Amino acid sequence: MNRNSARARAEDPIIICRDVQKWFGSFHALKGISMEVMPQEVIVIFGPSGSGKSTFIRTINRLEAHQSGQIIVDGIELTHDVRNIERVRMDTGMVFQQFNLFPHLTVMQNITYAPMYNRKWHRRKAEKVAMELLERVGIPEQAEKYPSQLSGGQQQRVAIARALAMQPKIMLFDEPTSALDPEMIKEVLDVMIELAQSGMTMIVITHEMGFARGVADRLFFFDEGLVVESGTADELFNFPKEERTKQFLAQILSH
Amino acid sequence: MALAAAPATDPQSNVPPPEREGNPVLRWIRENLFSSLFDSVLTVISLLFLFFALRLALDWVFNLAQWEVITKNISILMKGSYPRDQVWRIWLGLYLLGAIVGINLRAWNRELNRSIIAIAAIPLILALLPFASEHARINLIIIQATIAAAYLLTSIAGDKRRRRIAAVSSILYIPVFILLLEGFTDEDGIMPLVKSDLWGGLLLSVLLAAVGIIFSLPLGIMLALGRRSRQPAISALCITYIEVVRGVPLISILFMGNIMLQLFMPQSLPPIDRVVRVMVAITLFTAAYMAEIVRGGLQAIPKGQYDAAYALGFSGLKSMRVIILPQALRIVIPVIVSQFIGLLLDTTLVALVGLFDLLGIGQAILSNPNWLGRSQEVYVFIGLIYWILATSMAFASQRLEKSLGVGRNYDESQ
Repeated sequence: MNRNSARARAEDPIIICRDVQKWFGSFHALKGISMEVMPQEVIVIFGPSGSGKSTFIRTINRLEAHQSGQIIVDGIELTHDVRNIERVRMDTGMVFQQFNLFPHLTVMQNITYAPMYNRKWHRRKAEKVAMELLERVGIPEQAEKYPSQLSGGQQQRVAIARALAMQPKIMLFDEPTSALDPEMIKEVLDVMIELAQSGMTMIVITHEMGFARGVADRLFFFDEGLVVESGTADELFNFPKEERTKQFLAQILSH
Repeated sequence: MALAAAPATDPQSNVPPPEREGNPVLRWIRENLFSSLFDSVLTVISLLFLFFALRLALDWVFNLAQWEVITKNISILMKGSYPRDQVWRIWLGLYLLGAIVGINLRAWNRELNRSIIAIAAIPLILALLPFASEHARINLIIIQATIAAAYLLTSIAGDKRRRRIAAVSSILYIPVFILLLEGFTDEDGIMPLVKSDLWGGLLLSVLLAAVGIIFSLPLGIMLALGRRSRQPAISALCITYIEVVRGVPLISILFMGNIMLQLFMPQSLPPIDRVVRVMVAITLFTAAYMAEIVRGGLQAIPKGQYDAAYALGFSGLKSMRVIILPQALRIVIPVIVSQFIGLLLDTTLVALVGLFDLLGIGQAILSNPNWLGRSQEVYVFIGLIYWILATSMAFASQRLEKSLGVGRNYDESQ
């Protein structure tokens, strides 16, 4: 049903950021980022560490509060009003570099607790949805295990299932494969590709350029708190306009 | 040569470790007690020391000590001056305790094992002690029966309902028990008032410790959360409270609660019961320490856990309750229990403000000229009781840690 309403006004962006600025103490981390994301669009953000890409993605569900500018997610402007923020967070799933699963809960509980406590679902419904999601990410047999008993790739897939269980309209990925061994990166990327193809609106910070080429509608290159350049994969990889973009791409594509 | 000889097994098969030869007992002795000349000398010296110490101790216990002072006074040591014709109320409270223990044993454990049987059999063991009176024996056996009956009855309920029954009944128990002790009818009624001045002995000690344990933890959690609050007024208030209470010895807080509080209270209000004042003082004192223990646990939780909880739409309070606190408290279980043991032993200080706890009763007995010179027996007996209580708490904590997997699931992750 969400899907339909999104399609009905597919011309409206689901995320609008205007001149978003953020300081840590005196350090100017975001120097005015503007971005509009359409429903079902897949955005890839890349750039050197310290470029503000992680800070930016965390302002979209207000894990970091921006100090000036405007962020509107699904028609709700992010302000100090706490109730709005929790509504936005329920509709915005997030996957972290370090997985951040809850170590004291089983895989099943990790996935079902948020819908049960925050969406007030009955446990049976939450468990049914969780099982479907675990099957979708390919690890239904791990439901009763604890996170520490899983491999990194499995943990990250549980984290994706956990975020999806809230049935979000938007998914944010903060370097989801950077903490994984090479052989586990693919299993996580496969899940993300499938998710992108199913029509999920996604913002992904990643340096997996194969993924970017395959599913990203637009790419944003961040450096020093600013968007240096943006465009389709073809535009950025084959015809970069800015010198800084060329330099950076040369470095990450060289190996 | 050994390096060159690669094993001919294929890497897929699991090879068991090589079997070790010889009698395992002898091997253990050789490896642990006599592994070198120095070790052997140490072993012999320690064994000799143990032998003589043990012989002296046993000689004192069985030949020199005169245990009459304990057997004659056992009832006053256990319950103080609680009126003799009302003692059935204490026993009734203990039957209920037996039921609570039975319910909890069934609710939190999947099957009967040795340690559960050990816990459940405590009344039976007590009934077999030589100085138990006929009356006490009968009652202890009834308690034993209630434990067993409650265990069996709880088996009927489903897994989840069992735990709910256990939690609710445990929370209700302390108020019900205090109501039983205190009484609520007039002089001729079935349960006339027994003023708390008359409560004493082991009964009072355990009651003070139990109330302190049950109320100081939630209060400490609230103080710890308050201290971390972003509201400057709340955090300043909590920091002040914690640091003031931690800067003052318990005994001065007890004196304050006992004497000063009455001076500050308006005359129109009825005076607060002395035992209640002491309970409040102990709880408030322990809560400050508990707050710092809980804060330590909270600091051990990585920021990513908060991020993940918030990102899933948990509010600040809910994420604390469901995600953060369960992890933080698990980490600090050993410290919390050690604080509880300290609390139990600290209740002996209430003797100094005129309450007759176990130690206070002991001293009162010794001041009776009939029992002149029997202080060794009395203090050894009291010490033994405290040791048993403290050790069983430590034991219970170890079991709890094991069943919650403290230090197991955690270290392996990340």
